[in-house]
Amino acid sequence: MTQQEENQRLGIVVSGSLNKGVEVKLDSSASIEDIAVGRFVTIEGQKRRFFGMITDVSLGLIDQKLALTPPDVSDPFIAEVLTGTSTFGALHVSPTLAIGGDVATLLEGPQPVKTVPSHFSVVNLASQRDVELVFGKEDKERFWIGNPLDMETKICLDLPELVKRSNGIFGKSGTGKTFFTRMLLIGMLQKSNAVNLIFDMHNEYGWEGSSEEGQRKVKALKQLFPSNVAVFTLDEESSRRRGVSTDFVVRISYDEIEPEDIVLLRQTLNLTEPAVETVHRMHRRFGKNWLQNTLALKDAEEIKELLKELDIHESTFQNLKRGLATIRRLPFIEPHAPTNAVRGILEHLDRGMNVVLEFGRYRDITAYVLVANMLARRIYAQYQERMEKAMAENTAPPTPLVITIEEAHRFLDSQAASQTIFGTIAREMRKYNVTLLVIDQRPSGIDDEVMSQIGTKIAFHLDNERDIDSVLAGVSGKSELKSVLSKLESKQQALIFGHAVPVPVVVRMREYGSAESYKGFIPREEAEAGKQAEKDIEELWE
Amino acid sequence: MERVGEVIEASTTEFVAQCYELYQLPPLGSLVKTRDLPVELYGIVYNAATTSLEPGRRPIARGKDEATEEEIYRSSPQLLKLLRSEFNALVVGHRQGDRLYHHLPPQPARIHSFVYLCSPEEVNEFGQSFDFLNILINAHLPVPTEELVAASLRQMSQAYEDRRGFLVAAGKELAILLGGNLNQLKAILGRIRQ
Ligand SMILES: Nc1ncnc2c1ncn2[C@@H]1O[C@H](COP(=O)(O)OP(=O)(O)O)[C@@H](O)[C@H]1O
Ligand SMILES: [Mg+2]
Repeated sequence: MTQQEENQRLGIVVSGSLNKGVEVKLDSSASIEDIAVGRFVTIEGQKRRFFGMITDVSLGLIDQKLALTPPDVSDPFIAEVLTGTSTFGALHVSPTLAIGGDVATLLEGPQPVKTVPSHFSVVNLASQRDVELVFGKEDKERFWIGNPLDMETKICLDLPELVKRSNGIFGKSGTGKTFFTRMLLIGMLQKSNAVNLIFDMHNEYGWEGSSEEGQRKVKALKQLFPSNVAVFTLDEESSRRRGVSTDFVVRISYDEIEPEDIVLLRQTLNLTEPAVETVHRMHRRFGKNWLQNTLALKDAEEIKELLKELDIHESTFQNLKRGLATIRRLPFIEPHAPTNAVRGILEHLDRGMNVVLEFGRYRDITAYVLVANMLARRIYAQYQERMEKAMAENTAPPTPLVITIEEAHRFLDSQAASQTIFGTIAREMRKYNVTLLVIDQRPSGIDDEVMSQIGTKIAFHLDNERDIDSVLAGVSGKSELKSVLSKLESKQQALIFGHAVPVPVVVRMREYGSAESYKGFIPREEAEAGKQAEKDIEELWE
Repeated sequence: MERVGEVIEASTTEFVAQCYELYQLPPLGSLVKTRDLPVELYGIVYNAATTSLEPGRRPIARGKDEATEEEIYRSSPQLLKLLRSEFNALVVGHRQGDRLYHHLPPQPARIHSFVYLCSPEEVNEFGQSFDFLNILINAHLPVPTEELVAASLRQMSQAYEDRRGFLVAAGKELAILLGGNLNQLKAILGRIRQ
């Protein structure tokens, strides 16, 4: 970039307020059509430099009569005279940080602003240096995720900071959530000091999945980081067919399923309220073997007897049985499983391995919700125990854990959020060293309180008004961000805001999926660690 | 520098100069100056007239038997002495020492000051600031303002290599000055469009 581009002047501040941002009158030499919302600018105030984002672009007229009797702009002379004078472009800018100028920003870096730049302060496009100053350079904690609009500068996320809170990735289907999540997971397994447990509904994160066009195969975590990633599968056959190298076949015993898991499935299993109550009664009656015992009830007399004793209506019981039969039909559920998945996962996590659990063919929501909730609940309980022990005995706490779930609204709608483990994790923040990475295309389905606990939100294109509102709820400068969010490209672009970024930022996501891109994700030292490793990696590019 | 006349009437805001030769008038809108030091006055020619020397006596038509206009003057040479050409200039600035000011001088011009047409270099220097446009627009003159403004800008633009650039810049200044008067702006732009 040339020096001139570095200081590309846009215009001057003409009015504004701290709450609403400032209005900038565009110089007549700057073409309004080249300016996109979401771009960063700096404002040269008298005492300090401000850093902010363009959140709206508008056209102004000095005299409204011009709109009624438009001048002859087919005459280039007249058009040139009038641009920037009688007619002018205006930008709305939300200055959010002060970068340099006063002592605090010199010593401590960018600071939140508490004032606005004075009248007629000059507004420039932010330079590479400015953006770098604000977002930091790629380093051992900061991971490069993409670039700001129309700039080559890298936008980096501070991953240890990111995983301190639960985070959310939202966007319509096909906007790039999965591609970005793969990338973020790669970053996290290298730089976040946390381990990941991924409930991989569509078999996309462990081993190669195809890109949307159906042609190109896209590598996933275990292929790039074989020594850091374990693939667990619920569907051994499917994994084998797809050539996945798996580490563990997950089986679930009847006695691992608790009433809470069924409650969550109420809707998908079509259970009535009394049927749900019946589950609890069965549990009270049979203890941890309640499911097996309930399913085993065959004898009509015996059933009648029991129903009477427990005060359960016959139709309610039938309703429940139909629901439970759906669960029994899931092939990975057995009366007595040979392995213990929870222990398997924990053992891997404890060794610093990241675990991807793929669902194979069992992609329906019943299986997903059941398994994710059940495993997460028990793993969380373990974390809770260890954390409390560590506190009491003053020993090292367990490695922070990030649990990734898709279709998050299924676990976190306002009804489920109060009952599921995921609602608890989201609300408790990082109390027990566990946070969530939720992925969802319908964020309006997620409970408001859970939404408000999400630290950093990565919002791809959304077109439903309610989804946009729920993603932006409680954010300062909401209406400005809304106009930015609704103008995102339909793919590979997201607005990121919240805990882990100093200012909201529109990011053009880093490219993922080409041989070149994989090379960029694997740190050089590691790639050069051994000849064999290098050879393995080379094979990946083929 | 070409001498075009001599001041015969002067006030703070304008002066009237008589030409030495009949019809040797500087063009409408051109930049002229007086040179009685220490203050030199700049004016823009806004009006010109050729009239009878004796007030109250109007010339009469004489060409009935002549074939061309020149022959009228040839057969009555005294006519050149009975008529005179004079022009009015609006004061738009002055020079004191080596500084150029785009506002009114402390004193009006003196009678019999010589009046010169400014050289292109001087016009170029003067046109670096458009402050004079404000004076032109706000003066109450017998000529339509848009005609005068357009004429002066067309004249001045000839002193610039980038004529169009000069006119666009002047147009932008006018667009701001005439923010509330769109019709006048359009009229001027129509007269200077390139
Ligand atoms: N970072 C990226 N690099 C390359 N291609 C991408 C990227 N993000 C999205 N795409 C393209 O967009 C398509 C949809 O992305 P995907 O992540 O599957 O969407 P979602 O999970 O939101 O439905 C991908 O198949 C790919 O072609
Ligand atoms: Mg997806």
